[in-house]
Amino acid sequence: MAGELQFEKPLNELRQKIDELKRFGQERGIDFSDEIARLEQRYKSLEDELYDELTPAQKMHLARHQQRPTSLDLIQHMFTDFIELHGDRLFADDLAIVGGLAKLNGVPVTVIGHQRGKDTKDNIARFFGSPHPEGFRKALRLMQQANKFNRPIITLIDTKGAYPGNTAEERGQSEAIARNLREMAIFGVPIICAVIGEGGSGGALALGVGNRVLMLENAIYSVISPNGAASILWKDASKADQAAEAMKITAKDLLEFGIIEEIVPEPQGGAHRDVAQQAESLKAAIWRHLQELLAMSPEELALDRYEKFRKIGAFSTLEEPQEETPGEAALETPQSING
Amino acid sequence: MFKDLFHKKKYATIPSKNTKREIPEGLMNKCPKCGTIQYSKELEKNLKVCASCGHHFRLNAWERIQLILDEGKLEEFDARMVSEDPLEFPGYAAKLEQQKKNSGLLDGVVTGQGAISGFPVVIAVMSFDFFSGSMGSVVGEKITRAIETAMERELPLLIFSTSGGARMQESILSLMQMAKTSAALARFQSAGGLYISVLTDPTMGGVSASFAMLGDYNLAEPAALVGFAGRIVIEQTIRQKLPDNFQTAEFNMQHGQIDKVVHRKELKQMLTKLLDMHTVREDAVHGG
Repeated sequence: MAGELQFEKPLNELRQKIDELKRFGQERGIDFSDEIARLEQRYKSLEDELYDELTPAQKMHLARHQQRPTSLDLIQHMFTDFIELHGDRLFADDLAIVGGLAKLNGVPVTVIGHQRGKDTKDNIARFFGSPHPEGFRKALRLMQQANKFNRPIITLIDTKGAYPGNTAEERGQSEAIARNLREMAIFGVPIICAVIGEGGSGGALALGVGNRVLMLENAIYSVISPNGAASILWKDASKADQAAEAMKITAKDLLEFGIIEEIVPEPQGGAHRDVAQQAESLKAAIWRHLQELLAMSPEELALDRYEKFRKIGAFSTLEEPQEETPGEAALETPQSING
Repeated sequence: MFKDLFHKKKYATIPSKNTKREIPEGLMNKCPKCGTIQYSKELEKNLKVCASCGHHFRLNAWERIQLILDEGKLEEFDARMVSEDPLEFPGYAAKLEQQKKNSGLLDGVVTGQGAISGFPVVIAVMSFDFFSGSMGSVVGEKITRAIETAMERELPLLIFSTSGGARMQESILSLMQMAKTSAALARFQSAGGLYISVLTDPTMGGVSASFAMLGDYNLAEPAALVGFAGRIVIEQTIRQKLPDNFQTAEFNMQHGQIDKVVHRKELKQMLTKLLDMHTVREDAVHGG
C-alpha cells in the first residue's frame, strides 16, 4: 500500500491475504466466504486495536504522513470563495505560508496556514513548509488586514519549524516570530488556530496565538522536533521515537496541560484516509467556536486571548528558609499548574 | 613578491597542551578568544572584558546587577520561585537540583526593581550559568510578572537576555512562555511603556524569538551571539560553512536587527542616556 507506515505492516499483510483468498476462490470456483468473513472480522479487530492505542511516536509518523492533507487541501474543502493573497510587501512571497480571504459558512474570514509541498518539486519551492521571515511577515500583514476589516482569523498550523538557514537569520527570523507573537496577542477579532499536522516550535507558534487552539487527533505540537530533542539530549537523532514519548506532544497531552481547547477526531487510520470527512469535522469544530467568539467585543476577545496564555506554566514557590535550620529542605507549595 | 618578506613566519605555532595545568584554579583566567592569561582580579576590575582583545566574558545575573544597578541594589521579585517537572521528563528533576547547586540560583532569571543613575527601573537579568539560561515556566512567569509590575508602577523595563533557547524538558509549556511574555509586552508597550532589551552572549532560539527582540531599543554587547537557529543546524541545512562573524551582534546590527552594539564599559552610561531621553521634565513642558 502506498504511504504505508512501519507499524501498519501487519494490517496490510492481512489485507493482502484476504485479497489473495478472494481471488483464489473466484479463480477456482471454491466458496471461502466463511473463511473470508472470519478474516475480515480479524482485520477489523486488528485495525481497532492498532489505531485506538497509537503511541506518541506512531502519531508523529501519521502527523508527518506524505499524504496527509495540507492547509490548501483543507482550505479547499472547508471554505468557499478562497482568494489567495501574496507577499509581505517588504521582501518576497514565501510559499511556505499561504493565506487569503475566504468564506466559512458565508462569513468572510482571513485564513492562513503553513504549506508543505505535495511532491519534491513543490516541497523545494515551499521549503518543506518551513517559513522564512517574509512568510511570518506575510501572515502578519494578512492578520492586520483582518483586524482592520473586522474579519475573524483562522490559522492552520503544519510545520517542522521556522527555516533554519543563513538567509532567514539575516532577514530577522527571531524578530519576525517575536513580532507575530506580540501582535496576535492584542488583535480585536476572533482568532482560531488548528494544528493539522506537525506543530514545530516557534515557527508554529508564530501562527498559534489564538482564542481557541484546536488539534487534530494525531497532530503533534512541541517546543522542538523530537528528532532535534533526541540529538541534543542523547546525541542521537534516531532516538526521535523515544523523545516523542518523553516530550508529551500529542493532542491528548496538550488538552490535559490546558494548552488546547479541543481535539478534533480523525478518520480511522489518519486524516489522509478521508480528507473530505476530516475537513468537515474540523470545519464544524471551528464554526462552533467561532459562533461563541463572535458574540464577544474586541476588548473581550483580546482579554480572553491574553488570559489563555497568561496562565500557562508550572511552578511553585519555596517557603522562606528557616534561619535556624539551614540544612532542612524547604517546603514546597504548588502554586500554579496551568492556572 | 618583495612584500612577502614582511609576512608571517611560514611555520605554525602549536598551542601548548600544558597551559591549562599551569594556571592555579581561580587565580588566573585565560581568554577563550585570544588566549591571553590574566589575573582574575584584573579581569574583574576590567568588568570581565579581556584587556588584550576586548572579548566580553559572560556575566552571571548577580555580576550583571552589580555592574548596572546603583550600588548593586535590587528589590527582588519572586526570589523563591522554582520549576516543577510537569512532564516527568527523564532526568529533569535531578538536573534542576544540580543546576541550582552549581549556579547558586533557583532558576535562570533574577527580576526586581532598582535604579540606574537615579532612574528607577524594573529589571530582569538572565543567567547563562543556570541551565544555559533556558526558558521554562519559571523564567517565563518571572519575566511576565516583571513586565506587569513595570506597567503597574509605570516604570521603564530593562531585560538582559542570555539563553540557549526554550527549555526542552518542559516542552510545550516552555514554548508557550514565548507567547506569554510577548503578550505581556504587547500590553505594556501599547500603553506607552519603555522597554530596553540588552542582548548578551548568547541569546538564541525561543528567547531571541520572543521578548529579547521586541525592545523599543535593542542593544547588544560586542560579539554577542544572537540568532534563532544554531550555527550547526544551519550549516547542516545549507551544507556550507558560515562566516566567523555569523550571528554576532555586529552581524545583527548590519542586518538591521539591533540598534546599537555597546561596549560593557559604556553600557550603564548608554542606558542612562536612553532613560534620560524618556524623562519628561516639568520645566521643559511648561516652557520654564
